[in-house]
Amino acid sequence: MSSDIKRGVSLYSFQHETFQGKMSLEDCFRTCAEMGALGIEIIGEQTFWGWPEASVDEARIEEWHALIKKYGATAVSHDFMLDYKRYKGRPMPFEEQVASVKKDIDFGARLGMKYIRALVSVAPEVLVAAAPYAEEKNIKILIEVHAPLHFDHPWIIRHAEAFEKSGSDALGFLPDMGMFLFKFPPVWKERFIRNGVPRNIADYIEKAYEDRVLSEYVILNVREMGGEGPASGMAETLRHNAAFEPKRMLDYMHRIHNVHGKFYQMDENLVEPSIPYDEIVRVLKQGGYKGYICSEYEGNRWIEDAHEVDSVEQVRRQQEMLRGLLGEPNPAALAA
Amino acid sequence: MFDKMMLCDEGFENVVENGETTGFSLLARLPYYRGLGLSMIEDITIAIDGEQVKREDVRFSVRGRSWTLDEMETVYDDRWNFGEKAKVTVLRAGGLAQGGHEVEIAVRMRVSYLPFVPTTKTRRELQLAA
Repeated sequence: MSSDIKRGVSLYSFQHETFQGKMSLEDCFRTCAEMGALGIEIIGEQTFWGWPEASVDEARIEEWHALIKKYGATAVSHDFMLDYKRYKGRPMPFEEQVASVKKDIDFGARLGMKYIRALVSVAPEVLVAAAPYAEEKNIKILIEVHAPLHFDHPWIIRHAEAFEKSGSDALGFLPDMGMFLFKFPPVWKERFIRNGVPRNIADYIEKAYEDRVLSEYVILNVREMGGEGPASGMAETLRHNAAFEPKRMLDYMHRIHNVHGKFYQMDENLVEPSIPYDEIVRVLKQGGYKGYICSEYEGNRWIEDAHEVDSVEQVRRQQEMLRGLLGEPNPAALAA
Repeated sequence: MFDKMMLCDEGFENVVENGETTGFSLLARLPYYRGLGLSMIEDITIAIDGEQVKREDVRFSVRGRSWTLDEMETVYDDRWNFGEKAKVTVLRAGGLAQGGHEVEIAVRMRVSYLPFVPTTKTRRELQLAA
């Protein structure tokens, strides 16, 4: 049976190609449309030069709207950054942070977005202060719950409490599926080995991760095995990642409006070896989720030193996997 | 990320002003998945054939505007955009000799959400444009 969950792509996924000018904005739209992934998410300042400090070319915004129309796509989310470290040696003052979020609300509205994404480090007070303006503009501000943070972390609980207290529906969450890292990603391990980690240490870290050993113990053990430099770096990744439980999302379904389909690699059998998408989709269905899962490919940085990056093929495989998990009919089978 | 793509193969050349060679320049991209306001570029260091260039001898230019690295620290109205090729100029009387040179570039940036200040660097031989 098919579900109400919809498929989308964050154009972040094509950063390797767009950085080099190898894919235009229209190439990105066409690619997503061909995969039947019609929800488009962007990092505003990646797609639109100038944003937020300088001006954005009006023609580029017109192009965006023309592409949305041409491909029958939906503008899902403008991910904003809020650089509160803009000034050297002093944090951006509170009122200026709120004003900055309001600017991003306007930008999101200008692009026809439903949501704007706040990074997890933004303080709840800033978002609560901007919420009435978001309501006015019909935009929801979603804080990205991203590893090493998770739904049971006190920082996220503070956000949840502040959102409930505000009484505003314009505040919510955008969970990044990378927080459900069940296995050490093979592309990470291979990169660390290329960077000089002895194979026995890499094997140990991978196994310790699978055994859910506390990161501090792994870091110490690696040091005692003689690991330093890149080996310490590999062990340190365990401080920033963990296999949190997808079912922890269930308490927050009423505020989850978008999902980052983070992945590091999709193999030929359409499997992400480290993130349990079958369990994730099961939980989202159970929770009655009706929003988008937007592909977020982040494997390029782990392989670019040794392999040709093919973001389009990687996203295509993830979309195929999602299509299956969501119970959507296979267009090839229909045509047969 | 994008380490190797920080340095562009094209655009490595001597700078000639009024018939006098005053330095050399190269094209560089920010090693990041987004752009950054210029005040958050903490440092750009260049080494040429193993010799470190002084910070005060570096100039940064995008779209016809140009700054010293110290000036950039308080530039709040312009950016080094995603994938944008910036011109990095090094003041050096006489410039560089023709041929290949080992170029190293490192960029240190202040990223709001990171609990550290990352530096990304890369190095390779570039051919000076004749």
